[in-house]
Amino acid sequence: MSTVVLLLLTGLGLGALYFLIASGLSLIWGLMRVLNFAHGALFTIAAYVAWSAMQPLANGDPLVAWLVGLVVAIVTGGVCAMLLEVFLIRPLYARPIGQILVTVGVALAAVALIEGAYGSDPKQMILPPWMSASTHILGADLPNTRLLLIGVALAVLAALLLFLRRTRYGLVIRAGVENRAMVSALGINVERAFTVVFTIGGIAAGLAGFLAGTYFGYVDPTRGTSMLIFAFIVVVIGGLGSVTGSAIAAAVVAIVQQFLNFYAAPGVGDFSVVILLAAALLLRPRSGEST
Amino acid sequence: MSASPLLEVRDLHARIGQSHILHGVSFSVRSGGVTGLLGRNGVGKTTTLRGILGLTDRTGTIEMEGSPIGSLRTDAIIRRGIAYVPEDRDVFAGLTVEENLRLAERPDNELRYDLIYDLFPELKTRAKQRAGTLSGGQQQMVAIARALLNGGNRLLLVDEPTKGLSPLVVRNVVEALQRAAQVVTILLVEQNLSVAHKLARDAIVLDQGRVGYVGTVEELMGDPALARKHLGLTSAGTGH
Repeated sequence: MSTVVLLLLTGLGLGALYFLIASGLSLIWGLMRVLNFAHGALFTIAAYVAWSAMQPLANGDPLVAWLVGLVVAIVTGGVCAMLLEVFLIRPLYARPIGQILVTVGVALAAVALIEGAYGSDPKQMILPPWMSASTHILGADLPNTRLLLIGVALAVLAALLLFLRRTRYGLVIRAGVENRAMVSALGINVERAFTVVFTIGGIAAGLAGFLAGTYFGYVDPTRGTSMLIFAFIVVVIGGLGSVTGSAIAAAVVAIVQQFLNFYAAPGVGDFSVVILLAAALLLRPRSGEST
Repeated sequence: MSASPLLEVRDLHARIGQSHILHGVSFSVRSGGVTGLLGRNGVGKTTTLRGILGLTDRTGTIEMEGSPIGSLRTDAIIRRGIAYVPEDRDVFAGLTVEENLRLAERPDNELRYDLIYDLFPELKTRAKQRAGTLSGGQQQMVAIARALLNGGNRLLLVDEPTKGLSPLVVRNVVEALQRAAQVVTILLVEQNLSVAHKLARDAIVLDQGRVGYVGTVEELMGDPALARKHLGLTSAGTGH
């Protein structure tokens, strides 16, 4: 029982990370039809900039350092995403192949730059004592970071849904996911909505990068790229453009992954995710496009 | 036609893929009433409307109230006072009726909710219903209401508003457009010639991507030879 609880909540913690990456990817694809391969780079850059910002505070209260890192990661993710959209994606709206090449290039360059600047060894995160401790739940000792991630992901999901359902930009984004040309034909500047969506995606990616560091206890240059693959799978399973779908798919993918890696053999869980993807594509040829 | 038209299109060329659809279309739309953009299937009527809005690749000169708008983005063209009711209605299926209308609201515009609820009272009762669950006729109401909503809209480009609708709903849509034409100018693409006859004062007939006739609908429909030549009618004044 305790193993099941542990695997379930650890899976949900991992799923929370997948969701944070996938929600931005999903909105960006849904509205802009841009496959942003640089999303993992935003994750990594934000994590490293946050790690750097925390170092001068290493001798103080770790909670303060962690909170500073959190804010820096969010801001870095958002600003980098906005710059990426304005300077590299926007000039290539009519050239999807060009967008893919540019975002792949940014992803590769970012990892190389981070490795050049920080080296390829993982960097230890500064964590408040509570985050290094565990909580006893239904017989399982669950690392508190898993609970933190689940809580943050739920809060982000609620905030995104509120934003999409209660704000003018949210309305524009939901409509744009359905029919971008018709949104323009109502006199709405869709490009501005693109920048907003990209920035939101970057904020979520930055948050994910920092929380991944918290979850694993360290930041490393290739984490963003490896998690991006699973996030893409989550986006496809959850429905392109659907935040709620991404949340559900992220939880399912991560839980299946955890259970099979434990009960079958290490690696089987990772492979099974690809089978889930194939099943989703076969059973639902037209992925959901609602938010 | 008037010396100072509301909309003027000169030498409009449009291509879709490898196909050259419009070959130098030129016409003007005078302010007030309904101008019919007519012609057989596939002559470029929808492409002309989409070309005016920049929704398809095109070249040529387009002026709204004397100001060139051809180089503007679609959203900027719309903000010059043009609204679009597309052929397939293109309501946002996942949004409610109310959200579809709210999306069309533009700041600094007087909103004509009184007019649209007067024209289509059903939209008020179905405000919370998702547009994707509405009938074709109800979706057409949403599309027309969306276009009428902003007081700054002076020209409506309406593409086949009666397509696929039952005769009863067609009558409602025609009545709504007749009333709308009292407050805005309408450039109407309509395949149903009895509807076009009922609504339009001026007619522009396209033939193979070129303007084949410009004049009044009465002249066109009243002259069997003219109607046969431009519209392929065997008996002028009848529906298609």
